[in-house]
Amino acid sequence: MSYVTKSPWVIHYDGSSCNGCDIEVLACLTPMYDVERFGIINTGNPKHADVFLVTGSINEQNISVVKQRYEQMPEPKIVVAVGICATSGGVFRECYNIKGGVDTVIPVDVYVPGCAARPEAIIDGVVKGLGVLAEKQARMAKLSGSAKTETATDTEQEPDEAIEVRYYGKVDEEPAVGASGEGKGEA
Amino acid sequence: MEFHVTVFSALSALAYLIVGPFAGGLLAGVDRKITAKMQGRYGPPILQPFYDVRKLLEKEAVTVNNGQDFYVMCCLIFMIVTGVLFFSGENLLLVIFTLTTATVFLVIAAYSSNSPYAQIGAERELLQMMSYEPMVLLMAVGMYMVNHSFYVRDIVTSDALSLKLLIGVFIGYMFILTIKFRKSPFDLSMSHHAHQELVKGVTTEFSGRTLAALEVAHWYENVFLLGFVFLFFSNGTWYMAVVGVVVCLLAYFLEILIDNAYARMKWQFTLKSSWLMTIIFGGVNLMLLYFFKAFGIV
Ligand code: SF4
Repeated sequence: MSYVTKSPWVIHYDGSSCNGCDIEVLACLTPMYDVERFGIINTGNPKHADVFLVTGSINEQNISVVKQRYEQMPEPKIVVAVGICATSGGVFRECYNIKGGVDTVIPVDVYVPGCAARPEAIIDGVVKGLGVLAEKQARMAKLSGSAKTETATDTEQEPDEAIEVRYYGKVDEEPAVGASGEGKGEA
Repeated sequence: MEFHVTVFSALSALAYLIVGPFAGGLLAGVDRKITAKMQGRYGPPILQPFYDVRKLLEKEAVTVNNGQDFYVMCCLIFMIVTGVLFFSGENLLLVIFTLTTATVFLVIAAYSSNSPYAQIGAERELLQMMSYEPMVLLMAVGMYMVNHSFYVRDIVTSDALSLKLLIGVFIGYMFILTIKFRKSPFDLSMSHHAHQELVKGVTTEFSGRTLAALEVAHWYENVFLLGFVFLFFSNGTWYMAVVGVVVCLLAYFLEILIDNAYARMKWQFTLKSSWLMTIIFGGVNLMLLYFFKAFGIV
């Protein structure tokens, strides 16, 4: 079992969101939801983070910021797009300076729609992402175990089948990628 | 040194080497659980710090330069050496100087990255060292005045109860312990809590293995810092040894309480208050002790 699913550290970036989703992200840290019980920590440092939580859409100004933050995170890492803005651009989609959802710049592993995405859905999204994280970890371990000719990042970049989380916190179909609920700890 | 003393020293050093990180990690886990409870949250599992370190070891190695990892490893090694010296009953002054060396390596590691956050963190780490060092040295002097030896094994076995004559020094040491444990209000250079103005201070540029090494170093450190607290209570009897261990745990609980009750202070306050505490409690205590000794009262 991979330990990355037991302590996913999160970094949160606010793209061009209306702050609605950001407040919901912060709500996850409050005693009401307390994500720390899953070992999730909200860190401010991309170098410490495993999960990149992006709210709001991508605009021309923050493309480089999002890219840089993503590159600074050490493998294995996943990206969770929170809110409909981060998923597709949402209500800001037609704006002159909006490029679109987060997946126009970096590969996204989990989409959490909703306007604003509920804290339950956000937590669900991160926990779903843990399966992807574990898979990436396993692939990395296999790579470093066998021939070291390929760098880990080469294969990491290939787009994974993305998972969608309904905003009310339920998934109709089982996602293609094995998203186990591991890391829930003793909750 | 007699043979059985040598054997006992070697055994306790070995025990520290093996049990130390587990005890330190467990303390950190309990710390996070109690902190969560104090904030009305459920909190992570007690073993969470171990999960974190295991995860960090699995992560991709990313370093800014080659020197950085070397310095952090030196920090870890010197931290372990400090604890080994302490638990094998060596000279208290030597212990303190090795501890300083370990911290200096951390500062160098942070400086070497050229990141503005890490650099300001390193500067603050130096300020923190300035704040607590005088008190730590005064504690060693006080221990010598009461027990007539700088050697930890002599201090532990001597029948003088250090706390009785060094109550001021004890209070002063408890004050600077907050700085050493990296707790609010004095977690200037690096905090265990998220989102501070310096991102993560000295550890901003460390990731994966390097960060794990630093975390383990911190566990080792916490154990012997509590060992210093124990020195105040030991007088060679088993029941005072029990009291000492209980007080160590209480001291840790007090630090958690303080951590949760205060916001971070500025460095000016840290420096001023800790020096003031050092002079008032440490200095005056030692001065009085000196006069008492001169007039033959104690
Ligand atoms: S999805 Fe809705 S709440 Fe979230 S950032 Fe966009 S507009 Fe705001």
